[in-house]
Amino acid sequence: MKKTFLYPSHVSRGATMAPFGGFDMPIQYEGIIAEHFHTRESATVFDTCHMGEFIIKGPKAAADLDGIVSCPVASMQIGQCRYGFICNEEGGVLDDQIVYRMGSGEFFMVVNAGTQDADFDWVKNHISPATLLSNVSQETGKIDLQGPSSPRIIGKLLADPISGLKYYRWMYNVYKGKRIIVSRTGYTGEIGFEIYLDERQTVQFWDDCLALGAKPAGLGARDTLRLEMGFPLYGHELDENRNAAQSGFSRAISSDKTFIGSSAVLDPANTQELLRGITLDGRRTARSGDRIYAESGEPIGVVTSGSFSPCLERAIAMGYVAVPHSVVGRRVVVAAGKNQLPATLTTMPFYQWATARRAISEFLT
Amino acid sequence: MAIVPTPADRKYTTTHEWVKVDAGLAIVGISYHAQKALGDITFIELPAIGKKVGKGESCSVIESVKAASDIYAPVSGDIAETNTLLDAKPEEINKDPYGSAWLFKITNFNGADLAGLMDGAAYDAFAESDK
Repeated sequence: MKKTFLYPSHVSRGATMAPFGGFDMPIQYEGIIAEHFHTRESATVFDTCHMGEFIIKGPKAAADLDGIVSCPVASMQIGQCRYGFICNEEGGVLDDQIVYRMGSGEFFMVVNAGTQDADFDWVKNHISPATLLSNVSQETGKIDLQGPSSPRIIGKLLADPISGLKYYRWMYNVYKGKRIIVSRTGYTGEIGFEIYLDERQTVQFWDDCLALGAKPAGLGARDTLRLEMGFPLYGHELDENRNAAQSGFSRAISSDKTFIGSSAVLDPANTQELLRGITLDGRRTARSGDRIYAESGEPIGVVTSGSFSPCLERAIAMGYVAVPHSVVGRRVVVAAGKNQLPATLTTMPFYQWATARRAISEFLT
Repeated sequence: MAIVPTPADRKYTTTHEWVKVDAGLAIVGISYHAQKALGDITFIELPAIGKKVGKGESCSVIESVKAASDIYAPVSGDIAETNTLLDAKPEEINKDPYGSAWLFKITNFNGADLAGLMDGAAYDAFAESDK
């Protein structure tokens, strides 16, 4: 199993470790709920070194990527990031990714850990011969610094001001004399940053964030935070057998261009089910794979993720529901083992008070 | 969270429950080691009062953020009382597993069932090897 640059730090802090995406990753340090609240109320750092990073370069790079990912690429400004899907010909999702425009003919793509090798081969096989593709995942460390205290912390560590960095924008910055990439992105819903560094800087930056009051958070809190926001997790809400349009993330799917799978994605006949939030009446959790029924007893869908929500103090879930039954506010029943859990279909995010889109200046006073 | 010593005034099962006899009732809970392994506890389903349970029978479910786990009766008997405080505050099991966060009490229990259980020192050794 692979280890990230921060593995020794996790072990020395007594983190609970488990495999994820081919890496031995920290699940929790002091506890999932404490780490969850620390992210919403203060700041945490997540080791996301396991994720994959590619560089795509050449005069045709923008046009090539427009043919591969579902979000518009050619219209991006330098300094912008966009979230989109990599689809197969049938419109199923091979991965979800964020593409960064580094220059007119240069892009940086961030993909999931478990899919990175297949993604690389897929992109390689679908770009022009003149476009250069390199996999920089091994030498690239990545830390997510998230939460309302993160602007204050990062401001003390980087040479150039970050106060002008807007949501879903990236910039070069300088950390200990070396150039790094910082973007205002993340997977928690809170204001924060994803930072790309080399091996030595990754370890230093992690320790520096902790010294300035951030706490380490593991994949457990990362999952409860993203679920409260209704963010999809590849392998749960998204997979190669389910049409991308069913996710309802319409902003990630361009309808004015052709990309691999676009005709299948844009065909309404392929959207028989839709992703919905499910708010359970109680604290008992529904889990991935549990079936969803109408109050009449008719089977109408399946749960893809479920957990206890620390902020809402009840169980929440996401799942796919047949379109005629997917009305928000509809009462449903989730069959969790031998238990029938009453629930309501809801809009997402579940958690309404997240800070990701607010101005950095609000957090620097 | 500080390491909590394993009390010597009760017996322990290989499935990490404890049982303590007090005023004719067998009080049941889970060990410090068990709550730590489960992580943040978010839900408990307690048995119905009056339910007959057999030794080793699943009679309660505890859910944490990451997992669900069955709780087994350490002795056979009838459920006499459950700790309803835990319905609203299941996280108490993380905070005080040997004290206020007992789960249920069994009456008419079979005293002979206690004989095969571990004492605190034996349980400590078992829990260490079970990691």
